[in-house]
Amino acid sequence: MTTPTGRPLLTIVATDCGSTTTKAILIEKVGGEYRQTYRGEAPTTVEAPFEDVTRGVLNAIAEIEELSGRKILDGEKIITPGGAGGDPKTGVDIYISTSSAGGGLQMMVAGVVQSMTSESAQRCALGAGAIVMDVLSSNDGRLPHEKIERIRSLRPDMILLSGGTDGGTVLHVVEMAEYIAAADPRPRLGMSYNLPLIYAGNKDARGRVTDILGKKTALTVTENLRPTLEKENLAPARNKIHDLFLEHVMAQAPGYKKLMAWAGAPIMPTPAAVGLIMETIAKKQGLNLIGVDIGGATTDVFSIFRGVFNRTVSANLGMSYSISNVLAEAGLGNIMRWVPFSIDEQDLRNRIKNKMIRPTTVPQTLDELQIEQAISREALRLALLHHKSLATGLKGVQQERSISDVFEQKGSGESLVDMLQLNLIVGSGGILSHAPRRVQSLLMMVDAYEPLGFTDLAVDSIFMMPHLGVLSTVDEQAATDVFVRDCLIYLGTCVAPIGQGAWGERCADYAITFTNSKDAVPPPAIKGTLNFGDLRLVPLAAGEEAVVSVVPARAVDVGAGKGVPVERRVKGGVVGLVLDGRGRPLQLPTKQDDRVRALTEWHKALNLYPS
Amino acid sequence: MGHTYTPGLTVTPRTVISKKRILPLPGTVLVQAGETVASATVVARAELPGKVHVVNLVNQLGILPEDLPDYMIKREGEQIGKGEILAETKPFLGIKWLKTEIPSPVTGTVETVSTATGQVILREPPRPVELCAYLDGTVVEAFPGQGVRVEATCAFIQGIFGIGGETWGEMVLAVSSPDEELTESLLGPQHAGKIVVGGAFAGAEVLARAKAVGVKGIVVGGMHDKDLRALLGYDLGVAITGTEHVGFTLILTEGFGRIPMARKTFDLLTKLGGRKACVSGATQIRAGVIRPEIIVPLAPGERVEGIEAGQVGEARGGVKIGDPVRVIREPFFGHIGQVVGLPAELTGIPTESHVRVMEVMFSDGSRAVVPRANIEVIEG
Repeated sequence: MTTPTGRPLLTIVATDCGSTTTKAILIEKVGGEYRQTYRGEAPTTVEAPFEDVTRGVLNAIAEIEELSGRKILDGEKIITPGGAGGDPKTGVDIYISTSSAGGGLQMMVAGVVQSMTSESAQRCALGAGAIVMDVLSSNDGRLPHEKIERIRSLRPDMILLSGGTDGGTVLHVVEMAEYIAAADPRPRLGMSYNLPLIYAGNKDARGRVTDILGKKTALTVTENLRPTLEKENLAPARNKIHDLFLEHVMAQAPGYKKLMAWAGAPIMPTPAAVGLIMETIAKKQGLNLIGVDIGGATTDVFSIFRGVFNRTVSANLGMSYSISNVLAEAGLGNIMRWVPFSIDEQDLRNRIKNKMIRPTTVPQTLDELQIEQAISREALRLALLHHKSLATGLKGVQQERSISDVFEQKGSGESLVDMLQLNLIVGSGGILSHAPRRVQSLLMMVDAYEPLGFTDLAVDSIFMMPHLGVLSTVDEQAATDVFVRDCLIYLGTCVAPIGQGAWGERCADYAITFTNSKDAVPPPAIKGTLNFGDLRLVPLAAGEEAVVSVVPARAVDVGAGKGVPVERRVKGGVVGLVLDGRGRPLQLPTKQDDRVRALTEWHKALNLYPS
Repeated sequence: MGHTYTPGLTVTPRTVISKKRILPLPGTVLVQAGETVASATVVARAELPGKVHVVNLVNQLGILPEDLPDYMIKREGEQIGKGEILAETKPFLGIKWLKTEIPSPVTGTVETVSTATGQVILREPPRPVELCAYLDGTVVEAFPGQGVRVEATCAFIQGIFGIGGETWGEMVLAVSSPDEELTESLLGPQHAGKIVVGGAFAGAEVLARAKAVGVKGIVVGGMHDKDLRALLGYDLGVAITGTEHVGFTLILTEGFGRIPMARKTFDLLTKLGGRKACVSGATQIRAGVIRPEIIVPLAPGERVEGIEAGQVGEARGGVKIGDPVRVIREPFFGHIGQVVGLPAELTGIPTESHVRVMEVMFSDGSRAVVPRANIEVIEG
């Protein structure tokens, strides 16, 4: 994209209007590459007494003005393009924004068969950045009146109705349309307009669905998102969701009309923008990637495996508002297994509830920090499990089988998330981005995700992925420049052999040769044996590289098969190279004393906490 | 960010509270701006669409969906009584009793007859929903078809967490100090229909007793999480409350655990004992925060003697030296003190994080450095 005068963009200001905070960043072209230079933040002002989102945006930008010395605002207007009045320190070339304020985009989806069209519709809505409030299907076990009551009580921002393959029976999807019509659903915001509804089902039912819902909803018809059982076509419906998000949902939220007029590109739902930048980077670098954003209320998981993008949101797994739900879902035992001391159950439960009701507090003592990080491991673990169950191949697809499949029959709809093929895990959200020591972020993700073989890990430095996502829609180069240089902080690489054994037994032999060191004379190669139960940290700074050769024990796999040696070039990071001999699946000692001893040793090995 | 304002809970002997009372769907507003209303005054009314019943007639009649209209006795939009014939097959050979009749399972209206699915949707008559004023006050604004805004001069106390919806009744004190626990023996039949103020803690047995005697509301410093689970019958995962039906409305002023009620809160509630209080346990701790509340309407010009009103919210500005604060996180959780230092620079804490802190002096004269995020100003 260029400015109206035809020159490339030099200065960009981007905001993300979150539920509580509006974050602004300034991106400038410095010496031929784009860099994020300043940031500012201010409370979001969607709610009373302000009820105008632009107030928070102006405040956040004003903070950038103060820090950068650049004049961006002229009263309550953003000066565009940059260089106004001949002053290079005045104005910006474009303003862009994402938004999740006011609870983000809340959708209900409906389909016919739960594991087929309903699941495709759910993937479509999630990929568009929505929170899915409920998924209705003809075969979901609920009686018609229960479905109707549910639709009426939900008050979503939008409904996505799918169902049936093109040319198939229209009966069930029409039935679902009748239920929606009977419920006469009302939108969440405002009383005076019809609820937006997207129909993306069997094309033969369009006429009937229009007859039934055309007058009761703001109906938009688009291509079937599951035209055949073997094919998912989510893009048209996803684009319609974005359009309606702007036209209906955003337009109802206080101040958004003004915000949309300021923005040089369509405002995106925050999670959609995060997904977009991850997808862009994964495709550009040919990576299989998992990204996680663990917030106060929800945990979003994004994955790109073999080029297929998926997003899920675990609406009630978070570190403050929803922290109590992590305890309820994971169970006390699962949380306590990560805590290197014992604590009275009632005391711990009260502490967690107190964090829920006062979500902005921070741990002041080391044991409080360790408890919070233990809870985060479980939130991350549960959110990934949820993601794996939805990030699957298409279910109901006919598969051709050969004689070789007899011994290894796989059903359709297997999870696309293959930890052995995973190249990079990107963590984001306060608990990961602001951990006092970066190694704590690394170990939280390793414990929760149990990566297999060789996996790189990184964190988002200041949560600028939403900004970069929307930026990638106007200038992909600028977005990727900033993503690589300023957004990601590489933590290092984890090498985790697959297999289990008695503690102290040989897991693998390894040799590490430093190939690209910051020192004039690279350190000598390291050779050693990793036993089961070992966790080791080898220094390998950001920008450094090493070749790691691993010769696993006979029953152990490092990615090439049991007992097969593997050699890989690995990148360093602010933490380094972690050799994880704790076994996969990871097994912790069951006895309390043994567990505490093991955790203490591992924490010491990684210098995880102050002594 | 440079601001040092740490929002707290309001505890004030006199303020003006304005409540928007809005129907869940368009209806009729029954009062006008300027009218005086009491808690129980119905200010607006609406009709919730009736329950829907789906009857698959084609299966029952053994016909094709497209032929359904020919078999209908009642048409779309017509009223029907329970048991009245909705549809019937044509008599075989003209013999009347050789036909199938489908009676309506409910009284209501035929909403749709679908020739695509063969389903008939019946809707029961609408259910009226009434909206009360909740406060004793004045209607200051009417929103046609939607509701009103009611304003009241009152004493106002916010809790930190609650369950149960709006209710009102006489407020009585069951304890004599803020650190006293509410025990079973302190509750009796005289508390039926009352809002009972306890001290530091209420356990499971006390809550069971409260329900048994018919208490309308309980206001107490703290409780254990396990007792909340027992009361609700499930583990509350996300703090969005207000619709629970446990027999009474419960408000915690401090949090979970055994925590003495803040002295200022207790003193104000003591002064207001014997008066009508309107309480709500509704809590929502996400964007658009809602905290539980105790509202005691005051007469025009009336003042609660002995307790000073301060400034609330943004008006009071940032935290200042001398402000009364409550620590809201371990290791000093529940301690009440006064701000004695506000260093501007980031300070390292035992977790190795560098955060903005404040120095607080507690009532015993001891001092502690606490992250600013971990304190709450006692406002009002």
